[in-house]
Amino acid sequence: MSNYPEDLRYTEQHEWVRVEGKSAYVGVTDHAQHELGDIVYVELPSVNQMIEVSEKICVVESVKTVSDVYSPVSGKVITINIDLEDNPEIVNEDAYGEGWMVEIEMTNPEEVQSLMTAAEYKNFIEEAAS
Amino acid sequence: MSANLKKTPFYDNHVKHGGKIIEFGDWLLPVQFKGIIEEHNFVRSSCGLFDVSHMGEFLVEGREALRFVDNLVTNDVARQSVNQVIYTPMCRENGTVVDDLLVYKYSDTKIFLVVNAANIDKDFKWCQEVCQKLKADVKLQNLSEKYAQLAIQGPKAESILQKLTKTDLSKIKFYWFTEGEVDGIPCIISRTGYTGEDGFEVYYDPARGTEMFEKILAAGGSDIMPIGLGARDTLRFESKLMLYGHELDDETTPIEATIAWTVKLNKPSFLGKAVLQEQKDNGTKKILVGMEMIDKGVPRAHYEVFDKGKKIGYVTTGTQSPFFKKCLALAFVPPSFSTVGTELEIKIREKFLKAKVVNLPFYKREKK
Repeated sequence: MSNYPEDLRYTEQHEWVRVEGKSAYVGVTDHAQHELGDIVYVELPSVNQMIEVSEKICVVESVKTVSDVYSPVSGKVITINIDLEDNPEIVNEDAYGEGWMVEIEMTNPEEVQSLMTAAEYKNFIEEAAS
Repeated sequence: MSANLKKTPFYDNHVKHGGKIIEFGDWLLPVQFKGIIEEHNFVRSSCGLFDVSHMGEFLVEGREALRFVDNLVTNDVARQSVNQVIYTPMCRENGTVVDDLLVYKYSDTKIFLVVNAANIDKDFKWCQEVCQKLKADVKLQNLSEKYAQLAIQGPKAESILQKLTKTDLSKIKFYWFTEGEVDGIPCIISRTGYTGEDGFEVYYDPARGTEMFEKILAAGGSDIMPIGLGARDTLRFESKLMLYGHELDDETTPIEATIAWTVKLNKPSFLGKAVLQEQKDNGTKKILVGMEMIDKGVPRAHYEVFDKGKKIGYVTTGTQSPFFKKCLALAFVPPSFSTVGTELEIKIREKFLKAKVVNLPFYKREKK
C-alpha cells in the first residue's frame, strides 16, 4: 500500500514537496512510482534553471510509459539528484527519500500552502480508486 | 471502465494473484504482477505463465481447406507437415499485412488459425471475402470464444507442464503440436510462444473451468510466476517477434519487416505474391532494423529517426531492454541506412539523440 508522510505536501499530479527553509525538495509520490512500475529513466532539469509553478520539470520513464513531472512551486533549481541518472530505480525503492529529484529555491513559498496535506492527498487517492 | 470490455476466463485468477488490470483493446488484462523487469527476466531464466485467451481462433474445414489457406497466407501450407505449426503473415494483393498468425495443420481438410485479438473481426471478414473470391469449398468458423489459451514459457516450461500431462512433451518439436490432456482436460498442446524462449501453448474449452491456471502455478512452485502484458511485450521485442500495429500494419509488407522467410515465392499463387516478388527482387523503400541508443534516452514507438537532421524513418517499438539494460528500438529506415554500425539520431522530446544500427534479434536463446 502507498504511504503518505505527514511532513510533505502533495499535488494532484502525484508530486510531493518537502520544505526546508527556502528550499523545496520535489519528487513523485509512492503512489506514482507504484502506478508507473519499474522506472528506467529520469530526465532532470539544468541547475540554475528558473521554473514556474506547474511547469514541466522532469520526465520519468518506466519500461512501458513516459510521464511528466510538474513543479509544485516556482523558483530556481539549485540541486538535482544526479544519482537518478544511473540508478533511476531508486525512485521505486525510496520515492520520498533517496528518490528526490530536484531542490528548488522558492521565489514564492506561499505556493506550498495551496498544496494538499498528507490527509488530503490520501483522500484524493482513495476517492480516485473508488 | 467501459461496460463492453471483455474479460478472459482467467480474470479472477489475475486479480487473485495481484495483477494490475488495464484496458488492452477490448480486453481487461493484467499489465503486470510483480513488475515487468522481474517477470521478464524470470521467463528468461525459469518459467512464466501467460493468459493469452484473448487471441482469436478460426477453423477451416472442407475439401478445399488447403487451397484456401495457401492462397490466404504467404507461408507454404502445402509443404507444412500434419501436426506442424507455421508462423505466417496474410497479405492483401498489394503486399501489405492484414495480420500475422499461426497455422495449425490437422490435415489438408482441417486447418486451425490463431490470429491477433485486436484483429479478430477484421480477419474473419477478410477470410470470408477471400473465400468467396476463390469460390473455395470450405466451412469457415470463428471459434474465438470457444478457446481458453495459456502460454507456459521459459527454460523450465517442459518440466513443469510435464507434471500435468501424460503426453510426452519431449517428443513435441519446436513449432509442432498434438492433442492431449492437461490436468485431465482435452487440449491442443503446441510447442510455440511469443517470448523467444522454449515453451508451450495450451488451448482448451473454457467451460472446463479456470483451475488449470492454478494447477500450472502449483506444478511449477517457485519456478513459475504469472506474467502480464508488459513483459510479454518486452520479451517478444528483444526476440524481434512482430507485434501487429507496430512492426506490421496495413501499410507494411513482410519483406519490409524482414520476415521474408515467411514468404514462399515458389508457391503457385497467393495474395500479394506479385508485389512481394517485386520487392524481394528490387528492394523496398523501408526496412526494419535494430537500434541501440548511444546517448542517454529511451526510444519509443512513433519517435522519428533522423540522419544528420533529415527525417528518414520511425521507431516501431522501443524501451529499455530488461535483459540487456540497454535502450533498444526496432525502427523502419531506408535500406541505405540499415548497415550495422550506421549512426543515426532518434528525436526524443525535441532532442536529437545518437543511436546506432545493431544486429537483430537483440536476444537469441541458447539452444540445448
